[in-house]
Amino acid sequence: MMLSSERNDRLLMLVFIAVVLCAPIIFAPIGAGYPDLLQKFAIYGIFAIGFNILFGLTGYLSFGHAAFLGVGSYATVWSFKLFTMNVVPAMALSIGIAGLFAVVIGFISLRRSGIYFSILTLAFAQMCYSLAYSVLTPITNGETGLQVRALAKADESRSLLDADIRVVDGFFGVTETSVPISNFFGLKMSGWEGFYFCAILLIIAFYISLRIFRSDFGLMLRAIKSNQNRLNYTGINTRPYLIVAFVISGMYAGLAGSLLAVTDPLAGAERMQWTESGLVVLMTILGGVGTLIGPLIGAGLIKYLEQIFSSINEQILEATFSFLPETLQHFFVGITSLFVGEGWELTLGLMFMIVVIFVPGGIMEIMSRLIGLFRKKPTDNKPLAGEAQPAE
Amino acid sequence: MDVILLQLLNGLDKGGAYALIALGLTLVFGTLGVVNFAHGVLFMLGAFCAVVFNKMLQLGVEKPSEDTGLGFAPPPEVVPYVDIWFGEEMGSLITSYSVPLSIILVIPFMLLVGIIVERGLIQHFYKRAHADQILVTFGLAIVLQEIVKHYFGANPLPQSAPEIVSGSANIGTWLGVSENLVYPWWRLIYFGFAAVVIAAVFSFLQFTTYGMVVRAGMNDRETVGILGIDIERRFTVIFGLAAVVAGLAGAMYTPTLPPDYRMGMDFLVLSFVVVVVGGMGSLPGAVLSGFLLGIMQSFAAVASYASLVFPNPADHSGFFYNILNFIDSWVFFPGIDQVIIYLVAVVILLTLPRGLLGRAGVMED
Amino acid sequence: MTDNRSKISRRSILKTGAVAGSALATPMFFSNTANAYTNEPKGDTVTFGFNVPQTGAYADEGADELRAYQLAVEHINGEGDGGMLNTFSSKALKGGINGKKVAFVTGDTQTKSDAARASAKRMIEKDGAVMITGGSSSGVAIAVQGLCQEAGVIFMAGLTHSNDTTGKDRRANGFRHFFNTEMTGAALGPVLKNQFGTERTAYHLTADYTWGWSQEGSIKKYTEQIGWNTAAAVKTPLGAGDFSQYITPVLNSGADVLVLNHYGKDMVNSLTQAVQFGLRDKQVNGKDFAIVVPLYSRLMAQGAGENVKGIYGSTNWHWSLKDEGSKAFVKSFGSKYGFPPSQAAHTTYCQALLYADACQRAGTFKPSGVGAALEGFKFDGLGNGPTEYRAEDHQCFKDVLVVKGKENPTSKFDVLEVVEVTPRAQVEYAHTDPDVKGDLGPYNDGA
Repeated sequence: MMLSSERNDRLLMLVFIAVVLCAPIIFAPIGAGYPDLLQKFAIYGIFAIGFNILFGLTGYLSFGHAAFLGVGSYATVWSFKLFTMNVVPAMALSIGIAGLFAVVIGFISLRRSGIYFSILTLAFAQMCYSLAYSVLTPITNGETGLQVRALAKADESRSLLDADIRVVDGFFGVTETSVPISNFFGLKMSGWEGFYFCAILLIIAFYISLRIFRSDFGLMLRAIKSNQNRLNYTGINTRPYLIVAFVISGMYAGLAGSLLAVTDPLAGAERMQWTESGLVVLMTILGGVGTLIGPLIGAGLIKYLEQIFSSINEQILEATFSFLPETLQHFFVGITSLFVGEGWELTLGLMFMIVVIFVPGGIMEIMSRLIGLFRKKPTDNKPLAGEAQPAE
Repeated sequence: MDVILLQLLNGLDKGGAYALIALGLTLVFGTLGVVNFAHGVLFMLGAFCAVVFNKMLQLGVEKPSEDTGLGFAPPPEVVPYVDIWFGEEMGSLITSYSVPLSIILVIPFMLLVGIIVERGLIQHFYKRAHADQILVTFGLAIVLQEIVKHYFGANPLPQSAPEIVSGSANIGTWLGVSENLVYPWWRLIYFGFAAVVIAAVFSFLQFTTYGMVVRAGMNDRETVGILGIDIERRFTVIFGLAAVVAGLAGAMYTPTLPPDYRMGMDFLVLSFVVVVVGGMGSLPGAVLSGFLLGIMQSFAAVASYASLVFPNPADHSGFFYNILNFIDSWVFFPGIDQVIIYLVAVVILLTLPRGLLGRAGVMED
Repeated sequence: MTDNRSKISRRSILKTGAVAGSALATPMFFSNTANAYTNEPKGDTVTFGFNVPQTGAYADEGADELRAYQLAVEHINGEGDGGMLNTFSSKALKGGINGKKVAFVTGDTQTKSDAARASAKRMIEKDGAVMITGGSSSGVAIAVQGLCQEAGVIFMAGLTHSNDTTGKDRRANGFRHFFNTEMTGAALGPVLKNQFGTERTAYHLTADYTWGWSQEGSIKKYTEQIGWNTAAAVKTPLGAGDFSQYITPVLNSGADVLVLNHYGKDMVNSLTQAVQFGLRDKQVNGKDFAIVVPLYSRLMAQGAGENVKGIYGSTNWHWSLKDEGSKAFVKSFGSKYGFPPSQAAHTTYCQALLYADACQRAGTFKPSGVGAALEGFKFDGLGNGPTEYRAEDHQCFKDVLVVKGKENPTSKFDVLEVVEVTPRAQVEYAHTDPDVKGDLGPYNDGA
C-alpha cells in the first residue's frame, strides 16, 4: 500500500514535470502557447498550490492571501531598485518578508476560526491594500505602481521612486543602458527564459507541496480539518501547526508575487485587493480543493478565461459562425457575445456557480467521476488527487 | 465645532446605510445560517429599481425629432404618460418624486428576487459548509452584476431627490449657531428613513408571532423544527425581507450616490466587517456597529484637528495645539479613514471574540 | 441606405480580421529571430492591438474607444465614408498601409496595470500586434507604455491626462495625442481669472494617484499665478463612493472655490455630493462659491446630470465643434452607431489614423522609422486645429477647449458648451521644465 502510493507519487511527479516543460507545445492549440500566459499559469499555479496547503488541508479559508502576493512583488522590485537586477536575492527577500508578514497576520488571525478567521484575514489584507494604495505611497508609488528605473545620474538628485541605485550591480561594475531587465546570473527573465524559470520553480513548489501532503505534518493538518476539538481534547495544541501551515502558504504567495515582478518588473497595489484574494479561492475551488493538482488547473483555467475569453470580440465570433446562414449566425453571435469579450466575467461567475452547486470537488471531482465510469469496481488506490471534500 | 457636528451627521448618514445592509446580512446569518456574499448586490439591485422606475415614468408618446444633419438622430422628445394622464403639473410632480415613489416597485421586486434566490439556490446550501455558501453567493453576485452591466452600462446613472428637498437644511441658522452648519435634506431624510426601517424590522421580530418564531429559530433551529413549525417557509420569507431591506437601502441611497453596477461590491466588504464587529447573529449589534463604524470613518477623514480647534494661525503654539498637532500627525495621518474600520475590526475581534453584542455559539465552528 | 452599406463593409472587414487572427495563431515559438523588428508583418495584413477597459468603472469609455478604433480601421482600409481622412492634412493613406490591410485584436485592461500589461503582452507575443493603443487611466497608460518600450512596439496612448505620460515617464516608443494637466492648467487659469477674479481661495479634493497629483499640481501652479490662495489639498482614495466626509471640512475652511481633481465615477459622485451640500449656491466672503472640474468627459458629465450646469473645466474635444474634421468624424461615427462620439473615441480614432499615416509615410512599421515620421509632424483637420507632435517628448500640441456645463441642454448628449478655445501658444511649455522633465531614451525595435 505504502509502496504503491510512493510509486504513484513518483509517476505523478514525472508526468507533471513532462507536462510543465512541454507546456508551450501542449497549450499552443488552444491559443495559450505564448510566454506571458504560460508564466501566469506557472506563477498563479504556485500561488494556488500554496493556498491549498492552508485551505485544502486545514479548511481555514483565508480571504487575505493577496496581501502576501503584493508584499512579495514590492520586495522584489525594491531589491531590483536598491541592490541588483539578479533575481536570486530578490526572491529570497520576497519570500522572507512575505513569511514575516504571514507570521504576524497568522499569529493574530489564527486565534479565531471559521468565518471569523476569514473576516480577520480579509480585514488585514484590505488594510495592507489601503496602506499600499495611498498611505505608504513613498514606498509603493500608489496606484501607478513601483517600477524599475534607469540608474540615478551622479549630478542629479531624484527620489528613489524615479531613479535607482543598484549598489551591488554597481560594485561588480555592471553597465546599463536605458531600463534594465531582470536576470538570473545573466540569463534574462522575460519571454521563454522567464517561463522556464517559473516552470522549474513550479516543479519545486509542487514537489514540496507533495511532500507536505504525504508527511506527518500534513496528516496533522488534515486532522485539524476533520475535527479540531477532538485533537484539543487529546491534549494537542493545534495552533503551532496552523501557524506553520499559514506561514508556508504565505511564503508560496510571496514567491508567486516575486515571480510576477521578476518576469515583469512592476508592482501595483491592485494585486492586494480583496477580489484578488477571492480569485485564488476561486482557483482552488474550481480545480478541486484539497487535491494536489486541482488548484493548478483552476489557476490555469481562470487566467485563460481572463486573457483568451476577454479577447474574443464580435469579429472573431462572426468568423467562427460564418458557416451558418446569416440569421442563425447573428443569433449565435448575439448569444455568445454575452459570455466573451466584455462579458467574460459573466462566464467566470456562471462557471463558478455551476461548479460549487453540482461538483463541489471541482474539476478534479469531475475527472475522478469520469474515471470512475470506466473503472467498474472500486479499487483500493484512490485517484491521485485524494478525496475531494468541501472544506469546513 | 461645526465640522465636528457635520462629521457626526455624515457618520450617522453613512452609518444608516451600513446598518441597513448589515441588518439584512445578520438576519440571514442568524436565522438561515448562511453567509451571503450576494447581499451587496441586492443593495445594488434596489438602487437600479429606482433607475427603472424613473425610466418607467419617462415612458410616453414620442415626438419625432428633426434631422440635425449630424449623422445621428438626437434622442426623441417624449411626452410622458404621467403628464398626459394627470396633467403636466401633477405629472412633473410625480416624476420629481420618482426615488421615494420607487419604493412601491422595490418592495415587490426585491421580495420576488429574495424568494427566487432562496428557493432556487440558497436552500440547497443550508447543510453545506460556510465556505461553499460564500463561494456560491460570490458567483451569484458576479453574475447579477454582469447582467445589470449588460443592460445599464458601467457609468453611474444619476437620480435626483424630489425638488423640494434637493437643497440643504440650514441647521446652524435654526439653532442660531453658525451659518456654515448646513446639511443636505436628502441625507437627513435617509437617516430618518433608515431609523424607521430598522424600527419596523425590530418591531416585526419583537411583536408578531411570526417574528417570535423567527427569533426562536435564530436561537435554536432544531428545536423549533421539532415543534412542528415549518421553519423552512419562514426562512424564505426572512430572506425576502432581508432582500427588501437591502433594496430599500439601495433605492433611497441613489440621490446621494448615483448607482452603477459595482456599487454593491464596494459596500459588501465593509458591511461584513460591520456584521462581525457587531457580533454575528446580533441584530442590535449590527445596527450599533454600523453607526459606530460610519461615525469613526467620518471623523478619521478630517485631516487636521489642530487647525480646526485653533483656526487662527496666531494661536498655533500653545500646549494644547501641540498635543492636537501631535495626534494629527501620528493618529490621523492621511489615509487613516480607509484603514480605521479594519483596524477597529481586528482590535474588537481580538478583545471581544464575539463582537460587540454577539451571542455564544453562533458561527464558531 | 447608408446603414446597409456600412453593414456590408463591416462584415468584410470582420473577415479580414479573422483571417489574420487565424494565420497568427500558429505558434511563433521558433520563428522569432528572422524579423528585423518585433512582429514585422509578413503577410498581407498588419495587426493593431486595441487595449481598452471592458470591465470595471471605465467599461463604457472603453466600449466607445473600441467603436472608434473599428471605425478608424475601416477608414484606413479605404472602406466606409472615410471620416476624418477626408479632412486630414496628410493625404498619404490610400486604402491600407504599405500595401497591407489592417486587422486588429482587442483586449481588456480592466483599468488595472497588471491586467493591462498581461493583455498587451498577449497581443504582442501571441497575436503579433505591431502597435498597441488604448487605455483610460494614466497609471495604466504609463505601465503599458513601459512594456511597449521593452517589447519594441509603438504605443499610441489613449485617454491619459497626467503630465507623467510624456513627462518624467516618457518613452521613445510612446506617443500621446491627448492633452495633459499642464495644458489644462494653462488654459483654465485665465478663464477662471476672468470669471471669478483674482482674490480667491481654492480647496482641492484630489484623487490619490498619478493623474490626481499631476492635476492638482498644475491647477495650483496656474491659479496661484493669478493670485489665488490654496486653502488645502486633500487626497481622497480612488472610488471612495461617499465623499461627504471630505466635503464638510470645505464649508468651514474659508475657501470659496472647490477644485475637484477627480475623474470618472469619482467626479460624478463628488460633484453630485458637493452640489447637495449647497456649495454651488453658497456665498463665502461675499462671493459666490464656485466649483471647478478641471477635466471633463461628456460620458461622465451625463452621469452627473443637472449638477454640471455652469461648472467650468477643460476637455480635449467635443462633438459640437463646427470645424470640418469634427463634423466629418461626428457624422461618420453617428451614422454608424447612432450617437455622438466621446472625447475618448476621438483621441483614439486620431491616434490610429496618425499611426497609420506615419507608417505609410515612413514606408515601414519599424518603431524607429515610424517614430521618425511622427516626430515633429505637423497636421490639421483632425478636429483640434493645427497640431504638432513634438519631437522632444512625443506630446501633441494643439488648442485646448475650456468648457462649462450647459445651462439649457437640448438633449442628453448636449451637456457641455465650449467657453473658449485656448490657442496652442498659450498652453505650450518647454519639454525641459523641471515638472515634466524626462528621458525618452533610444527607440527599441525589438527582435
